[in-house]
This record gives sequence, C-alpha cells and structure tokens, in this order.
Amino acid sequence: MSLKRVELIDISKSYDKQSNVISNINVTIEPGEFFVLVGPSGCGKSTMLRMIAGLEDITGGTLKIGDTEVNDLPPSKRDLSMVFQNYALYPHLTVEENIQFGLHVKKIDKKERAKRTSEVAAMLGLTEYLKRKPRELSGGQRQRVALARAIVNEAPICLMDEPLSNLDAKLRAHMRSEIRQIQRRLGITMIYVTHDQIEAMTMGDRIMILHEGSIQQIGKPIDIYNNPANPFVATFIGSPPMNLASGVGDNLTSTIRLNDSILIPVPTVDAHFLTERVIVGIRPEHIKAATKETEEKDKFVVEVSNVEILGNETIFTFLLNEESWQVKWSGQWQIEIGDKIPLMMNYESFCFFNSETKEIMKTPSDVENHVFGKEVFV
Amino acid sequence: MRLWKKLVLYFLLIITSLILFFPIIYAFMISFMTGGEILSGKLLPSTFSLDNYVKVFERLPLFNYLINSFVVSLGVMLGQLVVCSLAAYAFVFIPFKGRDFIFFLFISTMMIPWEATMIPNFFTIQKLDWINTYQGMTLPFFALAFGTFLLRQHFKTIPKELHEASQIAGLSKFGFFFRVVLPVSKTSLVTLGAYGFLTTWNMYLWPLLVTTNNSVRTVQIGLKQLQSQEVATEWGVVMAGVIVVIIPTLLLLFLGQKQLQKGLTQGALK
Repeated sequence: MSLKRVELIDISKSYDKQSNVISNINVTIEPGEFFVLVGPSGCGKSTMLRMIAGLEDITGGTLKIGDTEVNDLPPSKRDLSMVFQNYALYPHLTVEENIQFGLHVKKIDKKERAKRTSEVAAMLGLTEYLKRKPRELSGGQRQRVALARAIVNEAPICLMDEPLSNLDAKLRAHMRSEIRQIQRRLGITMIYVTHDQIEAMTMGDRIMILHEGSIQQIGKPIDIYNNPANPFVATFIGSPPMNLASGVGDNLTSTIRLNDSILIPVPTVDAHFLTERVIVGIRPEHIKAATKETEEKDKFVVEVSNVEILGNETIFTFLLNEESWQVKWSGQWQIEIGDKIPLMMNYESFCFFNSETKEIMKTPSDVENHVFGKEVFV
Repeated sequence: MRLWKKLVLYFLLIITSLILFFPIIYAFMISFMTGGEILSGKLLPSTFSLDNYVKVFERLPLFNYLINSFVVSLGVMLGQLVVCSLAAYAFVFIPFKGRDFIFFLFISTMMIPWEATMIPNFFTIQKLDWINTYQGMTLPFFALAFGTFLLRQHFKTIPKELHEASQIAGLSKFGFFFRVVLPVSKTSLVTLGAYGFLTTWNMYLWPLLVTTNNSVRTVQIGLKQLQSQEVATEWGVVMAGVIVVIIPTLLLLFLGQKQLQKGLTQGALK
C-alpha cells in the first residue's frame, strides 16, 4: 500500500452554473493523516467528500490524488474506500459477502479473499457474525461491517461520511476511539466528515471548518480552539460555545465597553484594538468567580437564568446585552436560578474580532495550557 | 368473549370462502359426473369416475396444449421480467434528459386498451410470417408498462448509497443491476412474474387470432373447442378439462405465495 496525498486546488462546485455551493477550496491532506471536515448541516462538507470520491462532478479546480489529476476518473479508479452514513450494506448478502464484495469485483483470488476477510473480521470482532444478514445485526455491528468493508480493500485513502451519527452516545464514543486506533494501525489517510465538533476535536489530526461552502479555518484541533479565526469558528468549536458580545472601544479611558457595568481595560500596547466597534469573545471556562481579593472595578454581578450541573462540572447561563452567556466551572456549585453572582474576567483570556472583516485581532494568551513533563519522576 | 368473537369470525370467513370458491368446487364435482347426473342438478357425483378425464385427453391434444401454454406463459413471463427490469433500471439509475417525460409517456400507454392495439399487432405478426409460432404469441407482450412501473417503484426504494458504494467498489452499471438491484428486488420480480404468467395462461383472444392449427394452440382455446365440437356440450368433459387447466395455476399460486411472504417479511436496510 503506497501512501498518497490528496490535494484540492481551487476546488469549486456549482449546480446551476451561476452560484457556487463550494468555492476556493485549497488544502493538502498529507499521507496517513486523519483529516476531519466539520461544519453545520448544509455547509457543503458532504458534497466535498463526494467530489473527492468521484460521486459528484467537480465543476472547478483540480483534485490530485498522489501526483495524478483525478478530476475525470470514475470512483473505482481513485483507489479509495468509503463508509456511508446509513452504512449502505447489501441487504441480500451475508456479512462475509458484504465484506468481500469489493474484493470479488476486483477479482482477487479466493484464498486471499478469505484470508483478508478473517483478518478484518477478527480486528473488528465480527468473526461470529460472518454468516448473518445485515438485518440480523444491531446498529453498532452494522457500523463495524461497513467499516470492515472499507478497510478490507486496503485502499490507501478512506472516506467517511458521518459514520457515527446513527449510533447512541455511548457507542459513538467507543467507535470514535476504535476508528482512530484502526486508522493509526493501518496508517491510511482518512478524510472524515462530521457535523459534531466533539468528533472533530477528538479524532482529527487536523480539522477543516466549513461554513456556507468556504473554508473558515484549517488546523490542529487545539490550535483552532485556542485561536479561532473568526466568530463563527469560535462559536462552532467548543461546548458550550464561546461567549460573544459587541463592545465599543474608547480611546480616552483605554477601555472597551460591553455594557454599563462591564468595562474591559486595554493595555497601551494593545491600543490599536480600541476601534469603534469590536467583537469580544471569551470561553465559558475563562469567566471566573470573583473573590475577596478581586478589585471592585474588575468585578461584575450577574443574575443566573439557568443552571446545569453535570456531576464534574457546572454550567450556568446569564444574560448580557440580551445575549445569553454561559460559564463553565469544574466541580459541583450550589447555584440557584435567580442568584446574583460576582464574576471577573482576565484581559488575557479575551478574543477580539474585527467587526467588519470578522477576522481575529487578539487571541487569548492565557488558555490554562498545562505542560506535563515528558519524564515521570517516581 | 374472545373465543366467541373468533368463532364468528371463522364462521364468516368459511361462508364467504365457500361462496367465492363455489364455482370451482362445482366444476370439480361435475368433472366426475355422468351426463345424466349433471342434468338432474346434483351437487355430488354418485361415484368418482375418471371417465371424463380420459375422454378429455382422447378428444383433444390437451397434453400438447398444456405444453404450449407453458412455453408461451414462461416465455412471456421471462420476457417481461427482462424487458421491464431493464427499462425500470434505466428510469431509476441512469439520469438522462427527458427521463420523467418519457416515463410518463410510457405509463400513459396503460390507458390504451389492449384490444385497440390488437389489429396493428396482428398485421405486424402476419407480415413477419409469425402466425402459428411461439414468438408470434409471446413477443407482443414483452414490454409491459405496468411491470415497468411496478419495478421502478421498487427500484426507487433502493438507497442511492448502495449505488454509490458499488460504484466505489468498481462494479459496472450492468454488474450493479445484476448483482445488487435484482436480488434486492426479488419480491417485486416474483410478483411481476406470477402476474405475467397467470395473465398469459388465461389469455384467449390473442392465441386464437395468431393460431390456425393445433401446433402452438394453448389450453384456453382447447377448452372452447370442447364446448363447440358437438351439438350438445358434454359438460362433464369440459369441466374435467377446466380442472386440468386450473391445476398449474393453483400450483403456481401456492408456490408463489410462499415466496412472496418470504420476500415481504425480509427486512429493509437499516
């Protein structure tokens, strides 16, 4: 199996030859990489995957797999495998026949077929179900069969279109790590489509966030979390999403005003952020409880409108300029709806976005990034 | 209370099925009666003699007719399955311009009564010199709008992901048709097959038109011949013929039903 990179150069897609549903996609997916396409429904992520697979025509740009341009190659010549959202198992064939289907078509000899099937079945724990029909399997087992069918081909590139969305939450979490492990073990290039930002964050080596057919940001999950390129990414990645509000910069007092009680003091080195309008963002976990030591000017009091206690963390909501903001603290906090809570926010934790271009101007410098020593001392 | 309800239900079912089945039961009984017994209006024969059955086979080449009927019915059935499934495949899986328009045009031919097309069809068969041939009796029925419609509806329920998965696996268009679409649509194919077989088996007018001798005649014409051969129709012999003709139909129905039920209980995807 030779590893191949997938290169998208100026890819665009149009159904009516007038407006593009996808435009200006430029990205190179490295060999052996787990690459996640993520975005809200209708953002064009599935269309993009289907263009890579060859199931949709590419109306503009070049798609390269390895060093060859594959725009006009049929799906079977692109040397890839694909897992579909509804699994697309052949209902009239047994699990074994389903797994072997592609090998059969490629006229691989019987011995090799049986060998590969039993290997893959063992890897995915399907050995005892080989003689069953798909309808006799549970959702999770069908999912495994679909996975087995994709990897048995030993194609260097595997495409997945929301493969976990039909599973329950517990099984989904389990399959996330299983798919990740299989991908690492086989070293295949994985292109994975999902609308679930948790899947994107936990599985991807790199993720690409799409919105309305254009790239919002590409990067490592943690970099995207820490340095979102624009307010869309900031609210899409992370749960609960980043809190956003529009602020007014004031050069005289060197502050950004969110409302009557919240003024953010801006250091003189950052004076260029003091524009008339600026979008201010802060992650829910960066809003702290004010303590006795907190200076009065940094403190602000909010009224709690909703509380969720999740066992190991507590999320509560308050209203700021009619936007609901959320705060996430670890541990269990006895907070009731209607309570007035004094809070504080560090200047280092804020994101500022340009209100015109929506581009990020200031990234948070204090992200509570802890480095754990590589060496362990006993 | 529940038992009582059940009793009533079964009683009604038995009564209605008897009413429905009466003509066949009566024909079955008559086939064992002598001429005198029939005229006296008896419901049950005094003895179950097989004389009438022997006479039927003596008087007519009934065995040849049965074989002819089988060949023609099977031929039409297979022809319909091939033509209709291919047409339905094209209407569902191959996108082309004006596909829906052509399909509705195709479907609208269902509104033209078959009898209206009989005369042009007859001339075609005559000019081809296909009178008294199997192809003359079968070929005009291969393209069936109803069958195409039935199969198209079933093919449309096949998820498009199956098509895409097989494209990625490298299956050709025909490979997909043969190895995925047909096996998945077994139920509809059996239904259409049974329908095609039975309608052809019961067909009377067309076989009568395109046959001039006994070489390819079918059983239905044979039955008519039994009635008109003599001045006074021997109903016992006619009914014996009817019973012989019905048997294959019933057999097919029983076998087909089992297959149909099996097909219907087969779960769909997901």
